[in-house]
Formats: sequence, C-alpha cells, structure tokens
Amino acid sequence: MQRAVNMVAQLGLRLQALPLALGRPLSCAQTKILGCDRVKLMESLVVGDIAELRPNQGTLSLFTNEAGGILDDLIVTSTSEGYLYVVSNAGCRDKDLALMQDKVRELQNEGSDVSLEVVDNALLALQGPTAAQVLQAGVADDLRKLPFMTSAVMEVFGVSGCRVTRCGYTGEDGVEISVPAAAAVHLATALLENPEVKLAGLAARDSLRLEAGLCLYGSDIDEHTTPVEGSLSWTLGKRRRAAVDFPGASVIVAQLKGKVQRRRVGLMCEGAPMRAHSPILNTEGTVIGTVTSGCPSPCLKKNVAMGYVPYEYSRPGTPLLVEVRRKQQMAVVSKMPFVTTNYYTLK
Amino acid sequence: MALPVVWSALAGPCLPWPWGLTSSALLSEGKFTDKHEWIPTKNGIETVGISNFAQEALGDVVYCSLPEVGTKLNKQDEFGALESEKATSELYSPLSGEVTEINEALAENPGLVNKSCYEDGCLIKIALSNPAELDELMSEEACEKYIKSIEE
Repeated sequence: MQRAVNMVAQLGLRLQALPLALGRPLSCAQTKILGCDRVKLMESLVVGDIAELRPNQGTLSLFTNEAGGILDDLIVTSTSEGYLYVVSNAGCRDKDLALMQDKVRELQNEGSDVSLEVVDNALLALQGPTAAQVLQAGVADDLRKLPFMTSAVMEVFGVSGCRVTRCGYTGEDGVEISVPAAAAVHLATALLENPEVKLAGLAARDSLRLEAGLCLYGSDIDEHTTPVEGSLSWTLGKRRRAAVDFPGASVIVAQLKGKVQRRRVGLMCEGAPMRAHSPILNTEGTVIGTVTSGCPSPCLKKNVAMGYVPYEYSRPGTPLLVEVRRKQQMAVVSKMPFVTTNYYTLK
Repeated sequence: MALPVVWSALAGPCLPWPWGLTSSALLSEGKFTDKHEWIPTKNGIETVGISNFAQEALGDVVYCSLPEVGTKLNKQDEFGALESEKATSELYSPLSGEVTEINEALAENPGLVNKSCYEDGCLIKIALSNPAELDELMSEEACEKYIKSIEE
C-alpha cells in the first residue's frame, strides 16, 4: 500500500453512482455561518481564537460542552466571501447542527446578526505528494500560493463554485474540494483521468491518519475526553485561555495549569496489531489504560496505535504492554506523528 | 470478521516441509467448509489453510497468530487469527484433531498466505480424531457455487 494515497473519495449522500467502497455515505458535514456576528457565534461554541484567523485561513477546532468534553472536532475557515466555512463529522451531524442552530437562535433573539446555512456539497479529498500538480492542471489559480490550511473558491476541471482547501486527513500535502453535489461525479471522474490518481477507501484513510497521529472522533476523542486529555491543548486559543470564555473552560484551563489524570499517547509495537479496546498494561502487568485505535503501519512495517494512559506513563519511550488476543506484547509510548508529515507550508 | 474458507490440504506424514503439494491434483480432491477452508483428502493428517477467495477478501496479511503444536481442537473451534490492514480475522478449525505442525515460515513472511494460500502459505496440520467429518465438507465445485451465492 503506498503511503502517498492520491485520492480518497468522500462522497455526498446523493452520489450513488460512484462505488461506495467507503461503507459510509457521508464523512463530512459542511455548514456556513453568516452575518456580522458569525465569529461571536463560533467562539461561543469552540475553543479557538477564531477572530484572529486571517482571511481564508482555517484551523482545526473543537466544540466542547460545559463539562469540558469534546462534542466534535471540526475545521473552521474564515472566508473572504464573508462567512465562516465549517467542516465537521457527519457522524455528529444532527448534534452539531442542533448545537449551532440553537446558538444562532439565541443570538438572534439578542439582536445579533447571524445565520446558518447547510452546504449540500460533496467533499472530495485529493491527497499525496503530487496532489497539487494533479489539481493544477484543472485550475487557473496558482496553487503555490495556497498553503496549508488556506482556502479559495475556484473553477476546478470546469466545475465552477468549488471551494478548495489545502488540508486533509492523511498527513500528506493535498486538498479537500467542496463541490456542488450534482457535479461531484463529473469532477471525480475528471481527477481519475490522471493515471496518478487512484480511489482509496476507508481502511487506507484510517492507516494514513493514524500514521499522521490524527484523531478520529468517536474513537480517540469523545464527549468524555477533554482537549487536554486528548493531547489537543494546542487548539485552545491563547486569548480564549486567558478569558476562560468557551464551554467547559473552567475545567479545561484548570487541567492546563495542573496535571491531567490521563493523556492520549501514541504506541508502537511489533507482532500482532493493536486495535481499539486492547488493554494497555504497565510492565508489572497492571491494566492502566485502553487502546482507542490502531493498525499495522504500511510505512513503518510496525504496528501503531493511540490510547489513553495515566499521565505518569505518557512520556515517549515509556515501555508498556498491550494485550492482543490474550497475549501481552511489549509496546512503547511514541511521539506522533509516527510518520513525518508533508504539509505544504510556506516556510 | 469470520474468515471465509480454511482449506485442509492433506499431506501425508512422509511429505517433508515446505508444503510441497501438487496443488492441482490436490485441489480437485479438496474439500471446503462454508468458512472457506479446504482439505485435500488423504490419510490421517490434514493440512489446513485459507482459500483464494478468503485471501483476496482479507487483503495483505501482516501477522499470523497460530496455535501451539499439541493443541487439541474440535470442529469449529477458533484456532488462530490472521491480521491484515483492514481487520483481524479469526480462523475456525474445519475438523477435530490435534495440531501436529504449524507453518513456521509465516512468522517471517505472513504474505505467503496471500501469495500461495494452497501451498507455501498454508497454516497448520491436524491429525484427525474424526475422519468422518471430512464428508461434512464441500467439494471444490460446491464451494464455488456457495461463494457465488453469498456474493449476490
């Protein structure tokens, strides 16, 4: 399996024509937040410094609840078209939509200028070292000027009104293309015309995101994990930490100041792959935690995983045991990403 | 994921490792389970592996978890697992008996299961305790029909 996956198709519900080898009809939900008070709305729900985003810059952020638990992870982009563009997990679609709609109503009742629009587009992910080169053939914009975590609207292979964001879920350079549902099959077909490009399914995507150390909501993070436990403290905006003004902030900021009880870590081992729910033990044989996701790493030819362990076991290099099929295997806490990422940053 | 088809290829006790089986002759005499296991029918010792259908469905095998020699198995007992990128697939014994050998080559080279599922990539050998069980298995033809029926 090649590390450089050239295309992962994440198709909209309407696109029955393309093979649903992915097993799930929809991976991402896309939403627009409009109005002068769109940043105020977003900041009332997420942990990040959204006001500080430059035009067309995006960031990974988290919806949190009052207990400090993560409701979903999402990408928020401040577009130069005058709206916030939000991509979140389709698995949390109803929950996230209700969250955002309730807050819109609340703010509107207070006289704020804000509204929400569900975007009925498909999202195609084109990922890999040659993704930009492949895409450049079909767009007029110079993609060298679209660095990691920036976004632009452009015509792509003849389909107008596509939003191209330089981001992804693989650790490689690449883009996610938001395309009107009716044109998605045409666009996917056009991309696949290039022999460099291949379709890839969820197992391939999962191995890539794991190698890149990226969380899967519902597996590695959920409503019972805080951003600090999830090793996602970097998503907490500097201003927001000081202001303690996001849902669950008092719990979360306290964890930043003090010690957190458990942490999400990377694990590596040889032998049988570690999978979700495998127990993690210390070298004395006491169960101390659980694996939340894992797979064989095609790149490293070892097994990689993520899991939660008590803070005192979370340092990279710490030897541990993981129980796989009733046998205990040696494992070691490892830094993530497991495989060096290749994001296109202008540095 | 329950692995479809483990075949049991009979190698007589006098045949040396590696699994020097003449696959075409053996295949035609082979017996299959609905879990895709095949067994060339011969004397008391059966060689067990997974079918081509199974190895394709599984994807690249990265690790084989096999039982210890001497393990006593009943028909349908889980005797190990094959790990691929996608999933862990349990292996179910097509026959009752005692494990007499395991394919040591798979430790270093688990991909043999994909490359040569009927020969170099077979899994274990079992000394049968109930040879009549062989009659409960499918012939190659019946197995192909079965595969077509489940694919629809």
